Amino acid sequence: MSRRRLSRRQFVAATAMSSAALITAPYIRGAHAAGKLTMGFWDHWVPGANKASTDLVNEWAAKEKVEVSIDYITSQGNKNLITIEAEAQAKSGHDILAMPTWWPHAQSDLLEPMNDVVEPLITLNGAVNGTVQYLGKSGDKWLGVPACIGSQIKGPCSRIDLMKKYAGIDVQEMYPAGSPPKADNWNTDTFLKAAEACHKGGFPFGIGLGETSDSVDTVGAFFLAFGAEVVDVKGNVVVKNDNVRQVLEYYKKLMAFLPPDAPAWDDASNNRWLVSGKGALIMNPPSAWAVAKRDAPQVAEQCWTHGFPVGPKGRFAPFLPYFWSVWNFSKNKEAAKSLLTHLSQPASVERLVEASGGYDLPAFEKLTTLKVWAEEGPPKGTLFHYPNPYNHQKLSIAASPAPPKIAQQIYTQATLTKMCVRFYQGEAMEKTLAWAEGELEGFMRS
Amino acid sequence: MVDVAFQPNSVLETRVVRKRASLRTALKRKSTAAFLMTLPLILLVTILVIYPAFYSLHLATLNKSMQRFVGFGNFEFLFKRETFWLVVKQSCIFAITAVVFKALIGFIVAHFVHNVPAKGQRKWRGMLLVPWVIPPAMSTLAWLWLFDPSYSAFNYTLSFFHVGPIAWTGDAYWARFSVILVNIWFGAPFFMILYLASLKSVPEQLYEAAAIDGANWWQRIWYVTLPMMRNIIAITLLFSLIVTFANFDIVRILTAGGPLDHTHIFATWAFRVGIEGGDIPLGASVSLFMFPILAIAAVFILRDINQRGNEA
Repeated sequence: MSRRRLSRRQFVAATAMSSAALITAPYIRGAHAAGKLTMGFWDHWVPGANKASTDLVNEWAAKEKVEVSIDYITSQGNKNLITIEAEAQAKSGHDILAMPTWWPHAQSDLLEPMNDVVEPLITLNGAVNGTVQYLGKSGDKWLGVPACIGSQIKGPCSRIDLMKKYAGIDVQEMYPAGSPPKADNWNTDTFLKAAEACHKGGFPFGIGLGETSDSVDTVGAFFLAFGAEVVDVKGNVVVKNDNVRQVLEYYKKLMAFLPPDAPAWDDASNNRWLVSGKGALIMNPPSAWAVAKRDAPQVAEQCWTHGFPVGPKGRFAPFLPYFWSVWNFSKNKEAAKSLLTHLSQPASVERLVEASGGYDLPAFEKLTTLKVWAEEGPPKGTLFHYPNPYNHQKLSIAASPAPPKIAQQIYTQATLTKMCVRFYQGEAMEKTLAWAEGELEGFMRS
Repeated sequence: MVDVAFQPNSVLETRVVRKRASLRTALKRKSTAAFLMTLPLILLVTILVIYPAFYSLHLATLNKSMQRFVGFGNFEFLFKRETFWLVVKQSCIFAITAVVFKALIGFIVAHFVHNVPAKGQRKWRGMLLVPWVIPPAMSTLAWLWLFDPSYSAFNYTLSFFHVGPIAWTGDAYWARFSVILVNIWFGAPFFMILYLASLKSVPEQLYEAAAIDGANWWQRIWYVTLPMMRNIIAITLLFSLIVTFANFDIVRILTAGGPLDHTHIFATWAFRVGIEGGDIPLGASVSLFMFPILAIAAVFILRDINQRGNEA
């Protein structure tokens, strides 16, 4: 068998021709020319809400020629938190991961700066509230893009009929659909009197005092309304102050009008309380109302979501934002940033909010007046004031303004709720404060 | 002078042949076969148990941000925490109370079942095993609804007798009672089935001899049944103590450690601190704290079993 040998001249010629062909040939983009992108999104409670995000991602992927894969990770059993920790340990995982409240700060060293995405979005969609800055920014570095999906305000959801009948308060008049609130008299004293009246009427306010998020968020908003800081912005333990004493006294009075088993409540208990028709008010995003719409329509049509009562130091409402963060070990950071920009465009946000029935809240100022909140019902306008359209209340999170890594411990360990329960159960004020001081000092680990 | 023909190849060949023969012999050995057959399990245990155990040891020696080696610093920190000692106390109360009652109930029920005529015994055994067969996460959810703070089925029933309502999971002491009760409900069938198997292996002649000697019911239990069941009792106690100390699902689902941390045990508090609180090294230290307690218990119990085995 004869073998044809390649001469040096032939080799040089062939190489030159192939190089020329490669350079001059038109650039052909394959179906997934821009690589792969994986994302772990929060698995939405609202049926069908995940489809809106899938559609948005697929539209972007088709345009940008990126192969995408989405995992919807539930927060049931804290599976999302376990995923965050596992990926942080393994330094491998999704390119984009949805992180709730404290987690961008907890993983700040492993996150890609997102300033080049967030700053243009702020220019486009308006400023973000203080809580989003507090939770999403470390120094000058944005740790994630404020996500619309899953972000929520846990404000009061009242029964129109019961509040009118027992407390003499017309919540629709106080927070009218389509116009600014007239809630100057809606203060912590009025709230306490209403709680007492509804308790006497047999429909107590359903506010939990357990160790889960809903209980902690509510107590946190009251602490802020009384100016009761337990750790200051510099990280000093300042729990032994008069504002804390004042809020503990207030909560002790309030607890007398709450269900006796409130210390055992979890995040589902208040929802059940409202849907079962046993209570006149709960502190929750509209998920409880949405369930009532399906399971107890006669309850749902009497529900009205509105603002928090004002305290001596202001009107605060708990806001729990989600962030979409990109790991610094992500393999396709540019594509991730491009997708997050796409998901945060006003049109995309509107689609996401509509798909969630108004549950999801954009963090950007110009996106809090979408028509979905004005139109949702019954009763029509029940969600109008849910996104805080008139900046009537300051959006906050429990344990702020302590440095986020300390505040996360206070929040997770439910220190504020425990203080209220201990004091309510008969412990002396100074003993409760001393206990809290010991706990807080333990949270200063670095 | 004698000429010796040097044959290096033949030496090598002999070595190779010997090696092959020894490999064949080794493969024929029962121990080698046993090792090879258990190798998949050994690999699984190495990957899923030994590696994570050493990794958590490593984690426990780091600071909160996991960037600095702190030696036993996390343990020193824990020893100064009031909540940690509360968790230690509760873990001991939870595990010891639950194991004692599981063993007691298992022992009593095993006797009842043993005395049921053989024809109907299988049905009883099957029914009594049901709590142990259902995944605890599922059965605990059912218990959660029974104990539900606002809509408890137990309280509804008790209300007919003008009792309650009881804050099953809302009051610290009732909450402790509730988590222990569910653990006993779940674990007692395991004891029952092992004790039943052990009871069946006690020779009938021993009871006959005891009866001839005039032993009453209690004496037969004390001098015949219990000595014959000592090893199985010790092993079940050890096994159950380990599993109960390391319990997570029942407490997590029923009370999540509340109210006021009064039902937290090591695993639930480790999860709260490590995963929810974002302090992985401290969480690892809490979970590792179980290890020396259980190791000491294991050494004592296994030594006792070993001694009795040698005596026999």
